[in-house]
Amino acid sequence: MSIMEYNGGSVIAMVGKDCVAIASDLRLGNQALGISSNFQKIFPVTDRIYLGLPGLATDVTTLREVFRFRVNMYTIKEEREIEPETFAHLVSSTLYERRFGPYFIEPVMAGLSKVATGGFKPFIAATDLIGCLNFAKDFVVAGTASSKLYGAAEGLWEPDLEPEQLFETISQTMLNAVDRDAYSGWGVVVHVIEKDKITTRTLKGRMD
Amino acid sequence: MATAAVYSSPGFDFSNEIRNNFLASKGIPLPKATSTGTTIVGCIFEDGIILGADTRATEGPIVADKNCEKIHYITESIRCCGAGTAADTEFVTNLISSNMEMHALTHNRKPRVVTAMTMLKQYLFRYQGHVGAALVLGGVDATGPNLFTIAPHGSTDKLPYVTMGSGSLAAMAVFESGWRKGMSREEALTLVKSAISAGIFNDLGSGSNVDACIITANNTEMLRNVEMPNERVQKERTYVFPKGTTAWKKEEVRKLVVQEEVRLVGEAMDTD
Repeated sequence: MSIMEYNGGSVIAMVGKDCVAIASDLRLGNQALGISSNFQKIFPVTDRIYLGLPGLATDVTTLREVFRFRVNMYTIKEEREIEPETFAHLVSSTLYERRFGPYFIEPVMAGLSKVATGGFKPFIAATDLIGCLNFAKDFVVAGTASSKLYGAAEGLWEPDLEPEQLFETISQTMLNAVDRDAYSGWGVVVHVIEKDKITTRTLKGRMD
Repeated sequence: MATAAVYSSPGFDFSNEIRNNFLASKGIPLPKATSTGTTIVGCIFEDGIILGADTRATEGPIVADKNCEKIHYITESIRCCGAGTAADTEFVTNLISSNMEMHALTHNRKPRVVTAMTMLKQYLFRYQGHVGAALVLGGVDATGPNLFTIAPHGSTDKLPYVTMGSGSLAAMAVFESGWRKGMSREEALTLVKSAISAGIFNDLGSGSNVDACIITANNTEMLRNVEMPNERVQKERTYVFPKGTTAWKKEEVRKLVVQEEVRLVGEAMDTD
């Protein structure tokens, strides 16, 4: 058993047309024993950036505070909100700082970045546990169900999904992948980020 | 919470070592990082250097990224291909790139490829192979075209054609049979493309597309995805679910301000 499977949990992010979605399961376990079905793994960073932290639960809690602190310091120093690309590099360097004693977390980010013309551009990224960035155009996955999520997402995702369609696609990907992973599940939460609103839905999932 | 210092000391932070070693001693193996089980190559031709790379990143048996960039920027006329631990190749080339810029600024001349090579090998040797970066460094400077490989422990080779990564054997086979002295730009690019293709098709750690970079005395041309032999075909049908497929229990909508208009009300304050 790897330490990444100790508490379980998975996160996925997908790009749509002028929107992004990020979803996670809600399980916190102690190996095979379920502890909580309401464990938050996705955290809002700014209005339009969400960060998912699957991995060892103690590090989920630590890193969410580290990132809250570092983003606050950035906001105060720069007198502006952090952009998703910049935030991705902040995450990457924070993890690489501990190259030889890492946090057991594989972060997933989703957000909308401002473009010069005044609109917003979808942005997703993921890193491994030592901060190697992966900017994908379609979807990124992480956590104990990642191998199943890759397969499901590869089959179901398609370009230019509208927010409502993206919600269905990411939800079905997540629900079906998580059902084939013993360490993930116990409910799913989905956030769909659009330029004028964020819709958060808690899905009806299997509780076994 | 761990002290998240703003003014933290430079270098790596080892404060998780005790915990992680404890876990390892309990028989829990530490998880593996993304590696680029790669094919990277470089070769000298008549007026410069051509570097080549595939675009697959792997995490064990899983393809983590199907189109990543492995040719990293060092300076305008020096580039570096990376194989091994993906995060290490990324950060090591970034670090040396900024040190090279500082070097150029302090000495007021274009830095040489050997300078980058020395910086890289000294850094890697200091970490005794624990920074797992296997590199192909190439560029053109005042001394002409230069091509090196740098192994994770810090040893270097200077050769007219080089390969690295898990696909190095496949690529080297192509170079050994096809490389000649004083090749033209087109001949060399074709050779580099077939060397990378040999890696893509014969090595499981390499895949997807071919990237190349042509560096000459006064121009650097980055050819991103010069060849895309593994493009996904259009799906036969769509798999969009009808609205309402997924049952949900709770919904919360957070409205955001997109545009705000500032309207002046009343008269301006008297400031005389």
